[in-house]
Amino acid sequence: MQITATVNGTEVTRDVEPRVLLVHHLREELGLTGTHWGCDTSNCGTCVVLLDGQPVKSCTVLAAMVDGHEVTTVEGLADGATLDPVQQGFMAEHGLQCGFCTPGMMLTARALLDRTPHPDEQQIREAISGQICRCTGYATIVRSIQWAADHPAVRTEPTGAQA
Amino acid sequence: MQIPAAFDYVRAGSVGDVLDLLERHGPESRIVAGGHSLLPMMKLRLARPDCLIDINGLAELDFVVEEPGRLRVGALTRHTTLLESALVGRLFPIVHDAERVIADPVVRNRGTIGGSLCQADPAEDLSTVCDVLRAEVVITGPAGERSVPMAEFHRGPYESACDQSELVTEIRFPIAARSSSAYEKVERRVGDWAVAAVGAAVTLAEDGTIADASIGLTALGLEGVATEAAASLHGQLPSEAVFAEAGRLAAAASDPTEDQRGPVDYKRHLADELTRRVLRRAVQRASTGS
Amino acid sequence: MTAVEDRPAREANPAATATDRPIGFGRIQRKEDPRFVRGKGNYLDDIVLPGMLHGAILRSPMAHGRIISIDTTEALAHPKVHAVVTGKDLEALNLAWAPTLSADVQAVLATDKVRFQGQEVAFVVAEDRYAARDALELIDVEYEQLAPMIDARKALDPGAPVVRDEMAGRTDNHVFDWEAGDAAETDAVFARADVVVTQEVVYPRVHPAPMETCGAVADYDAVDGKLTLYETTQAPHAHRTLFAIVAGIPEHKIRVVSPDIGGGFGNKVGIYPGYILAVVGSIVTGKPVKWVEDRSENLMSTSFARDYIMTGEIAATREGKILAVRTTVLADHGAFNATAQPTKYPAGFFHIFTGSYDLQAAHCKVTGVYTNKAPGGVAYACSFRVTEAVYLIERMVDVLADELAMDPAELRLRNFIRPEQFPYPNKTGWEYDSGDYEPTMRLAMEMAGYDELRREQAEKRARGELMGIGISFFTETVGAGPRKHMDIVGLGMADGAEVRVHPTGKAVVRLSVQSQGQGHETTFAQIVAEELGIPPEDIDVVHGDTDNTPFGLGTYGSRSTPVSGGAVALAARKVREKAKLIAAAMLEARPEDLEWEKGRWFVTGDPSQGRTMPEISMAAHGTVELPEGVDGNLDAEVTYDPPNLTFPFGAYICVVDVDPGTGYVHVRRFIAVDDCGTRINPMIIEGQVHGGLADGVGMALMELIDFDEDGNCLGGSFMDYLIPTAMEVPDWETGHTVTPSPHHPIGAKGIGESATVGSPPAVVNAVIDALEPYGVRHMDMPCTPARVWAAMQGRATPPV
Repeated sequence: MQITATVNGTEVTRDVEPRVLLVHHLREELGLTGTHWGCDTSNCGTCVVLLDGQPVKSCTVLAAMVDGHEVTTVEGLADGATLDPVQQGFMAEHGLQCGFCTPGMMLTARALLDRTPHPDEQQIREAISGQICRCTGYATIVRSIQWAADHPAVRTEPTGAQA
Repeated sequence: MQIPAAFDYVRAGSVGDVLDLLERHGPESRIVAGGHSLLPMMKLRLARPDCLIDINGLAELDFVVEEPGRLRVGALTRHTTLLESALVGRLFPIVHDAERVIADPVVRNRGTIGGSLCQADPAEDLSTVCDVLRAEVVITGPAGERSVPMAEFHRGPYESACDQSELVTEIRFPIAARSSSAYEKVERRVGDWAVAAVGAAVTLAEDGTIADASIGLTALGLEGVATEAAASLHGQLPSEAVFAEAGRLAAAASDPTEDQRGPVDYKRHLADELTRRVLRRAVQRASTGS
Repeated sequence: MTAVEDRPAREANPAATATDRPIGFGRIQRKEDPRFVRGKGNYLDDIVLPGMLHGAILRSPMAHGRIISIDTTEALAHPKVHAVVTGKDLEALNLAWAPTLSADVQAVLATDKVRFQGQEVAFVVAEDRYAARDALELIDVEYEQLAPMIDARKALDPGAPVVRDEMAGRTDNHVFDWEAGDAAETDAVFARADVVVTQEVVYPRVHPAPMETCGAVADYDAVDGKLTLYETTQAPHAHRTLFAIVAGIPEHKIRVVSPDIGGGFGNKVGIYPGYILAVVGSIVTGKPVKWVEDRSENLMSTSFARDYIMTGEIAATREGKILAVRTTVLADHGAFNATAQPTKYPAGFFHIFTGSYDLQAAHCKVTGVYTNKAPGGVAYACSFRVTEAVYLIERMVDVLADELAMDPAELRLRNFIRPEQFPYPNKTGWEYDSGDYEPTMRLAMEMAGYDELRREQAEKRARGELMGIGISFFTETVGAGPRKHMDIVGLGMADGAEVRVHPTGKAVVRLSVQSQGQGHETTFAQIVAEELGIPPEDIDVVHGDTDNTPFGLGTYGSRSTPVSGGAVALAARKVREKAKLIAAAMLEARPEDLEWEKGRWFVTGDPSQGRTMPEISMAAHGTVELPEGVDGNLDAEVTYDPPNLTFPFGAYICVVDVDPGTGYVHVRRFIAVDDCGTRINPMIIEGQVHGGLADGVGMALMELIDFDEDGNCLGGSFMDYLIPTAMEVPDWETGHTVTPSPHHPIGAKGIGESATVGSPPAVVNAVIDALEPYGVRHMDMPCTPARVWAAMQGRATPPV
């Protein structure tokens, strides 16, 4: 069957088998490997993407279900060459180590800040409580999101040189 | 990651559409809404429907509306919507208490109240909530609409009164004055199934005595409400002793199973302990009108 | 020197210029982050090669059974299936069994029997992962179920089912006995001691469970005879050598590439059957083959951690002087002894159980047994049994404190090894390199407000509220290690490093170790920067590809900084010394007249006469006349054989509140003061500590791989294997002290595992402290609500 979804702002039409999971469609059909997967039971959240602006676990959504909808992956966070404040914050506050849970965490952070521009620590922890990180112990993720909340319009040159 | 076996897929555009598709695709077809109960089972190949009927497009079933004497909630209403609805929180704090501890915030963006009730998992928090609030479940089928009280809606673990050819479209909650409710759950970790949970609703008379009460247990081996425990509260002035008696009866009515979450006597203890806590809170809320 | 950690300023300055950033040690953002925050990490499952096929493994549903038949006809008939491999096929290639890292063998695919639930039985190669998964269902295996050996305590009983009956002459489940310390001396001290406490302490089976599962892409080029193997491996070079031995492919024809790894924690050290099967698949089909396990496979079949049943005893005086520690341990190694430990140490470094205390005597005996469970792997956070040892001693010290009715902080302070005793030869053969324990402990107590907490606890207890304060003071041993004592399957644990400065003054450092999130691309650049004064952003760090990096044993056991860090520092120093000679020639001075300030050599007393590293490097590669014996480059290579292990230490304090009605444990605060010697990047160190502390909360409160009596694994998914979320852990409060390692080139000790090692006893001690009103002296992990409640009822919490 054919599906058309707006992925990171661009309309994309593809043929999919009904059983193809959104995470596999994104990674393998569309080559967007920034979205990861890490479990079998919808627990880990490394597959989180935004569906019409809301975080969902893409391993538990069929590709077919996003026909006519908007999907944002980590590759769509930056505005062209300009990094999103969330991406800046994660670098500034060491919110990532191995980076595997990071795309999902950043997207959830983006969705949270879009609705609640100045969340407190409890709100942040609750927002990311459906996603597991094995590396950071979460405190630096919280700080990264707080940084992004405090710097809503930071622009940076993404040349790879860090601040 | 695990992958489902192959199946056919169709999208429904309306309630009538769903009923047609159910008939056309037969007994091995299943409705999918949020999909966070069904798809994981399909990925593990514990469920293998021939056809999925996707009802996520039925905006007409996504609503929260107050009418005189009742709150109407569409079956496709997402957990997140319920949790963010100030109206729901005001009328039925038990819903917010429960939603806060259902799965996790990301899963709540997809899961629906209709899906939760139809899944009928013995550890499903919303089933208990609907039992306690004496909800009515509206089912639409080829023969039209019918309304089933929660007490009759659940037939057993994973079994509901909704027939294969039908669709749950709405859940209705009666509203009463001087009433409130509460829910408390023990879980080993956010997102885990309940070790045990209890919900309660109370209505107070003008003199402050308990005019009506209902108590429901989650993951404690009791289907429906704890009738004796609730009955013990009628006409009583709220007090720790009164709550304790209700707790004792709720524990006696429970029939928990031992598993990795705990042994039988611990769970029975929780039935007692949590009943007291939710009664205390529900009464406090009903008294202050909060 | 001591310092309380400053909360890193949340105001990072994106416009910071090079002049603001430290060149060398200090807090700088990570160089690897830009690709990860863009979703451009290159993890194993991101790798796509032309014509690549997908493999999937069929696994045993039962813990113990004889294979009667395997019918692959239907699977082979599937239109998208290219190959199906069984144990019989591998037998013909002499590949059905492969050596483990512990002088045992492991079945690659089962031939005669299956010996744990989840064991590999058949391998399918198909066009895509969906077809591979479908094809698994088409393989028909007939088993004869056998009684499983599950309870390790019964593994040596006469008549117990024998797990490894395929080994000639084997009639029991005994793997090894191992001892350290002096038994007679220890027994004598115990015999005359006033106070002896005994406690069984179980460290249950848990799992590293990195967020990325294990996998490989094997690409065998039949024309060239070359195997390119992408693997989630923490030790690419060791894998290359082992594959050469196992698969019979010449080592120079094997290239192992570790891409970005989504967490290792020891889970990605061993060679799994899946990797070997991917190679076989590629050889058989002539195409690249990818195999990536799913989460249940990861939890059920890959290297677990711990599973130590320990009985600890402490002998002490009434006044609280600890005299001796004695312990016997039963170690469950699963169906195959695949644990990664240095060869001479089947129980790893467990004999560090003497901890931070000055003892007169100590002795341990460890007995390893086989059971029908997943093969004994590497301990999570990969410490070589150091987590078990530290847990034992820190739990026992609290048991002793309880016996003596003494404050646990006070008891520890009274018994610490004193600074003047270092280097300290302990009673089981270690020489602790350096330590100054009291300031670290006092700092933690000050940060926690210890006395205030005890006052609060007393008030709460009077009201029936349960609050607990738990302490752990750990000394661990990491950085394996001196090659004459430490090898893994005969490969000495020395590591190489290569530093090259390019003509324009930029540099590259090539490492033998492999980051899985520890920030090597940043920290190793910082080590070179510190030595040579070249800014870290001008230094490329290369790791993970055996074709272009020097040999070494990889990253685990916190060894990257102690071993590879030493190699890098020494290689950089060689470069600096060579630069001195060239600079002298350029300045027409004598080398002994030159002085170094970071980044340049200059003439003593005449600072304007100097040459920077870029100038020297251009000269080296240019036309300047070079001194006698000096060739035209600024390159150096070192293989560093560390003279000893290093001994990081720390003081941890955990505060919990326990709900008396439900047994739920809330971790309110966690204070961690770490001493890892010289600190390369405080931001990265803090991150390592935070992650380990979360591990500790997880293990103490919820993580568990358990089995029912039929051998079914009860922790085979993330629904059952619970890892803490952001809601179960507090904001961490960290501090540090610095006691450099005297033998390490930069005085650094390593930090990767400290927090995973030190935190579980702090949390468990806190929970037990909270339950003091109920007379609880000990309970085993995990302290789930049900188990805490059971302890409150006076029930022995059943050891798992």
